[in-house]
Amino acid sequence: MSDVGFNRQGVWAIYRFEMARFVRTLLQSIVTPVITTSLYFVVFGSAIGSRMSRVGGVPYGAFIVPGLIMLSILTASISNASFGIYFPKFTGTIYELLSAPISFVEMILGYVGAAATKSISLGLIILATATAFVPVEVRHPFFMIAFLLLTAVTFSLFGFVIGVWAKGFEQLQLIPMLVVTPLTFLGGAFYSIDMLPARWRTLALFNPVVYLISGFRWSFYETADVGVGLSLAMTSGFLLVLLLVVGWMFKSGYRLKN
Amino acid sequence: MTPIIAISGLTKTYASGFQALKKVDLEIQKGEIFALLGPNGAGKTTLINIVCGIVTPSSGTVVADGHDIVRDYRSARFKIGLVPQELTTDAFETVRATVTFSRGLFRRAPDPAHIEKVLRELSLWDKRETRIMNLSGGMKRRVMIAKALSHEPEILFLDEPTAGVDVELRRDMWALVRQLRESGVTIILTTHYIDEAEEMADRIGIISKGELIVVEEKAKLMQKLGKRQLTLNLQEPMAALPPALAGWPLALTANGNQLQYTFDAHAAPAPGAAPQDIPSLLHRLGELQIGFKDLSTSQSSLEEIFVSLVSDRGGTPA
Repeated sequence: MSDVGFNRQGVWAIYRFEMARFVRTLLQSIVTPVITTSLYFVVFGSAIGSRMSRVGGVPYGAFIVPGLIMLSILTASISNASFGIYFPKFTGTIYELLSAPISFVEMILGYVGAAATKSISLGLIILATATAFVPVEVRHPFFMIAFLLLTAVTFSLFGFVIGVWAKGFEQLQLIPMLVVTPLTFLGGAFYSIDMLPARWRTLALFNPVVYLISGFRWSFYETADVGVGLSLAMTSGFLLVLLLVVGWMFKSGYRLKN
Repeated sequence: MTPIIAISGLTKTYASGFQALKKVDLEIQKGEIFALLGPNGAGKTTLINIVCGIVTPSSGTVVADGHDIVRDYRSARFKIGLVPQELTTDAFETVRATVTFSRGLFRRAPDPAHIEKVLRELSLWDKRETRIMNLSGGMKRRVMIAKALSHEPEILFLDEPTAGVDVELRRDMWALVRQLRESGVTIILTTHYIDEAEEMADRIGIISKGELIVVEEKAKLMQKLGKRQLTLNLQEPMAALPPALAGWPLALTANGNQLQYTFDAHAAPAPGAAPQDIPSLLHRLGELQIGFKDLSTSQSSLEEIFVSLVSDRGGTPA
């Protein structure tokens, strides 16, 4: 057996280990977001949505579907990946990862791969749930999958970075609560940024989540706040920034090694 | 013979400025059991953690089975198993799942038969589907050993393997270590229990304040540094040592009922001096008509050697 080159067994071990936790906590992982999303549809889709006009030619209930999916994917990716790497740090079992013949890249493939898989399945389940409440159509399935993948991977990577950075459970929650949640709500999940006053609209363009949601929504209804090309470019750019951060972490052994 | 682990000029200074290792050189031979002794904070765990890849060295090199641990870390780590000192385990996973995970992490193809063998050897087979958090401390320690053995390492580090474990597990551990050695595994262990090193090790290294102060075969170390003591139970108690015995390292104990003779078992007498060995002493006693009912000899334990070595250097023995 070769002991050099890509450690496929190691990546697979981490991936399976993480997925096993997902299955073990299936109730929290799947049922909770499905119930929450259903409530969103009841409140925004039916109760409020019935009094709202169409947005960009799409009924309001259907309009919010891509935004809601993105919201869940962002949150789930970050929490899954950050917890996945933070927990071994917290319990001390990280010693095994550090002493294993596995590279940082392979470690990330395992953790981020598993976190992305989880959040993509969650996104697809929410999409399926949505079809029970509102008429949903996906005009560009290829782009939809592309955005889904790109977002899940990017934010799982972001979660991984947070998990490595966090020194305690508080810090683990800090960034998702203080930064990500506001950005998501202000990112046009429930409205088109065209509805915002001009000044806020300009400000919104600095919010990376706007591009994710806009691009994702375009793949459904061909209605977008910003061009789909720009959306793809911005999302890829964010991914690139994270890859650079992770690369630096790897080189410096940041917060993993003494 | 090429050593299986060659450490040269290894130093480690932590970000806090604490210098944990000062230019350590050490060679471990294939198939031996090497015990690393030292007080708390002497650098034992730092040394192990560097070899295993958990701590980055400040300078120096470590070569494990021909592979540099930094440049060629995949090949080096593939051969090394580690049981750390702290009891750190997963909580929600089952015993079998966590041990199987370890095997994969160390790039071994799945082998349920090997996992079963390891779990049986460690009396964990009955607990294989139990979640780790429901295990006792001793059982968790066994799980950590099983994890380290899951990928069939050729070099095994045991960092205080028997700290806080009960007698039964300790005995099991010793048996396991011997069995591993017989199968060709090189074992490096640190311990606070000197009797453990005395019982198990082929060679002993003593580390104090980041420096390896002694590396010696156990038997030689005991010979070199071990003091022997002869105790004679006298027929008649003595109030004081007779002047004729002045010059002999003797002491009266037990209210004058015992005569204690402490000597270096292997020290040669100074040239021209009368030999000071047991036959000479007994002969001299005969001449002086000092009778004794009984005699016994004892040898200083590794613990005493260790304490004297470390306290010589101003350290506090563990």
